[in-house]
Amino acid sequence: MKGVIAGLNKLFENRVRLGIMSVLAVNDYYDFNNLKETLDVTDGNLASHLKALEENDLIKVNKQFIGRKPNTRYSITETGKQLFGIHLKALEKIINSQ
Amino acid sequence: MKSRSKSCEDLNTIRKIMEESSRFLSLSGLSGLFAGLIALIGGAVACFAILKGNIMLSSEYFTGMNAEEVSIMRFWLIIDSMAVLILAIGVSIFFSYRKSISQGLKIWTPVSKRMLINVLVPLVTGGIFIVILYNENLLQLIIPSMLVFYGLALVNAGKFTNNDVFILGLIEILIGLVSALFTDFGLIFWCLGFGILHIIYGLIMYRKYEK
Repeated sequence: MKGVIAGLNKLFENRVRLGIMSVLAVNDYYDFNNLKETLDVTDGNLASHLKALEENDLIKVNKQFIGRKPNTRYSITETGKQLFGIHLKALEKIINSQ
Repeated sequence: MKSRSKSCEDLNTIRKIMEESSRFLSLSGLSGLFAGLIALIGGAVACFAILKGNIMLSSEYFTGMNAEEVSIMRFWLIIDSMAVLILAIGVSIFFSYRKSISQGLKIWTPVSKRMLINVLVPLVTGGIFIVILYNENLLQLIIPSMLVFYGLALVNAGKFTNNDVFILGLIEILIGLVSALFTDFGLIFWCLGFGILHIIYGLIMYRKYEK
């Protein structure tokens, strides 16, 4: 595992990435525009964070067409689910331990 | 090591985003309250204006009338119940829309879309079923069906909004099943399920989440 200190994952330190993971943890899938609205971020910002998460195999991308409009859907991977779960536990531990 | 306050803040953000992205929380208690009042008015119109003060829907009452009188009565009962349905849906949308704006939330989200589909399946099934009952002249089962299918729709909706809707759905199903055993009292059960129960639910919701 990369960048894990006591269960905390460096990848989730960024607010936008944390937000993306939170949305995808409780929804089967979410598309780009809805993620943008939910997290209130710009296109470029969201795209770069999605790419980082995708490259680390935490989320997967599913491109399709709805009518003639392209639609990009994101969902969480098994790895993503596990690492996010570990990250949440680590956060809880920090809160409880101090 | 991360500080405690930062971790706490992170967890709160995560919780908030999870809730907002997976639950539709703009249903307003006022919707329930006004939908209930509209249903009671509709029930009163049916009882006093259409059935001429007769609250019992017993078969003896109808056998005393000629075919034309019965069909006129049926026609007005359908108009009355349609008016209640349209007005109740209207106020629900209005108050939810208002609440979502005051919360700064969108009303048309992936969650609300999924919720709508899950509500529409039992509701449309119920609607078709009721048309079949009407055509087959099984009128005494129409009110129980309305309550049961509406309850099933709410049980489905409960997965996407607060849990109180799920409980309201269970009670509606229960009232619907009981009303199927006492069909003479259909109108009373109808007013109980669609009127009084909605008003109670609306008041509880309003005090719980909006005060």
